[in-house]
Amino acid sequence: MLATDSTPAPTPPAFEHVQSAHCESGVITSLLRNQGVPISEAMAFGLSSALAFAYIPLVKINDLPLIGYRMLPRHILKGLKSKLRLPLRFETFRAPAEGRRRLDELLDQGKVVGLQGSVFFLPYFPVNMRFHFNAHNLLVYGREGSDYLVSDPVFGNVTRCPARDLQRARFVRGALAPKGLLYYFDRPLPAVDPVPMLRAAIRKNCHIMLHAFLPFLGCSGIALLGRRVLKLPAEKDPEYTRRFVGHIVRMQEEIGTGGAGFRFLYAAFLQEAADLLALPELQRLSLELTAIGDEWREFALQAARISKGRSEMNLRLLHDLLVDLSNKERAFFRTLLKAV
Amino acid sequence: MRPEDVPARSNPLFEGQHKAVYVVDADGHYRIAQSGGSEAEVTVTEEAVHWFEKLAADALARARCGETSPMEYHMFRQRMDVLTLSQATGIWQWRVRRHLRPARFARLTPVLLARYAEAMGLAPDQLKTLD
Repeated sequence: MLATDSTPAPTPPAFEHVQSAHCESGVITSLLRNQGVPISEAMAFGLSSALAFAYIPLVKINDLPLIGYRMLPRHILKGLKSKLRLPLRFETFRAPAEGRRRLDELLDQGKVVGLQGSVFFLPYFPVNMRFHFNAHNLLVYGREGSDYLVSDPVFGNVTRCPARDLQRARFVRGALAPKGLLYYFDRPLPAVDPVPMLRAAIRKNCHIMLHAFLPFLGCSGIALLGRRVLKLPAEKDPEYTRRFVGHIVRMQEEIGTGGAGFRFLYAAFLQEAADLLALPELQRLSLELTAIGDEWREFALQAARISKGRSEMNLRLLHDLLVDLSNKERAFFRTLLKAV
Repeated sequence: MRPEDVPARSNPLFEGQHKAVYVVDADGHYRIAQSGGSEAEVTVTEEAVHWFEKLAADALARARCGETSPMEYHMFRQRMDVLTLSQATGIWQWRVRRHLRPARFARLTPVLLARYAEAMGLAPDQLKTLD
């Protein structure tokens, strides 16, 4: 259960690191937990209705279309802020020097600060994970000399980051540029009780998956991607085809999703919600979503083997899996919508 | 996903790090498990890394025989392409492409060179060399 007493917890003397699957839900979970609110990552993810699917051929990353399994960056932060009425304050900066000064000021006040930055310039990331993704989230809880004390929720332990690198990561330009974004709680937290919000949050997520009015979003987006896979130039340009297929899997498994493109994370949320709302039906649906997630993982494995050239380029198989997943998710979210 | 489906040993690709993934334990409860990287995940990460390595190697060969500027090599080595470099510098793509040509690159003003270097996280002088 969550704390309901309204007296603000004093800033804890020691910072407690929390490892999470996803950076954005992880950062807000960690911020809340360090204020004494025992919320889980799955709860943060589900409450902000962050599960989605998007296949947007018009937006390209290295010639490959944008494929996402969740809502846009900052959706979780903003969603939780409004749902739980959190005093979460966002600041961006035009001048990098000002951004650094403000960060130091907040840290010296003893605050834990959330930051947005580019993965590529963060030296504590393994080299093979460093790509130009500008919307990564991390926490800074102090500074020592020219190093910042970093708690990055996707890793198992706290770490350090030299000021120069952090500065570069915070002020990269380009798609999803962070503009030095930092965020923190600027007032004591109100009493946090997610239970009354749960049904609305679940309904909203069902609508995102079922009734998005654009064909490349939600369940229809999955089917659209399936049809696109079938049209890939397997004969004419096998290299592009393999990269395309690999790209779907990267977005699903590599980019901190907790497995199966956030489906397991959402299933974990439904399980928690089942207990909080005393709705055993949600427990059953959680298992159903787990089965769908397992099918996503099967898809990922097949696709990865194809992208590596380890198995024959069977695009029909990938198409069938995606169309099947689209149908299953549509049926799933319809049942879920009725259940709440 | 069951706990036994999660590879515990960290893949060399992830330098000893583990990621959090969600698994269902024997009682049917969700919990976080430490994953060293699944086969699918490791495979596609490797492929993405190799893609840039291949482009960089190709650019290096062309830069050695003067067909392109060293900057193209550095661009790919820093896992960028013309679009990302253009967005990171605020210089239009057609200008970036032109600046990648050896003759035009040689005449690049220090200001522009510094902008490219900053976006790639390298020193301006390094852009002119092939190491």
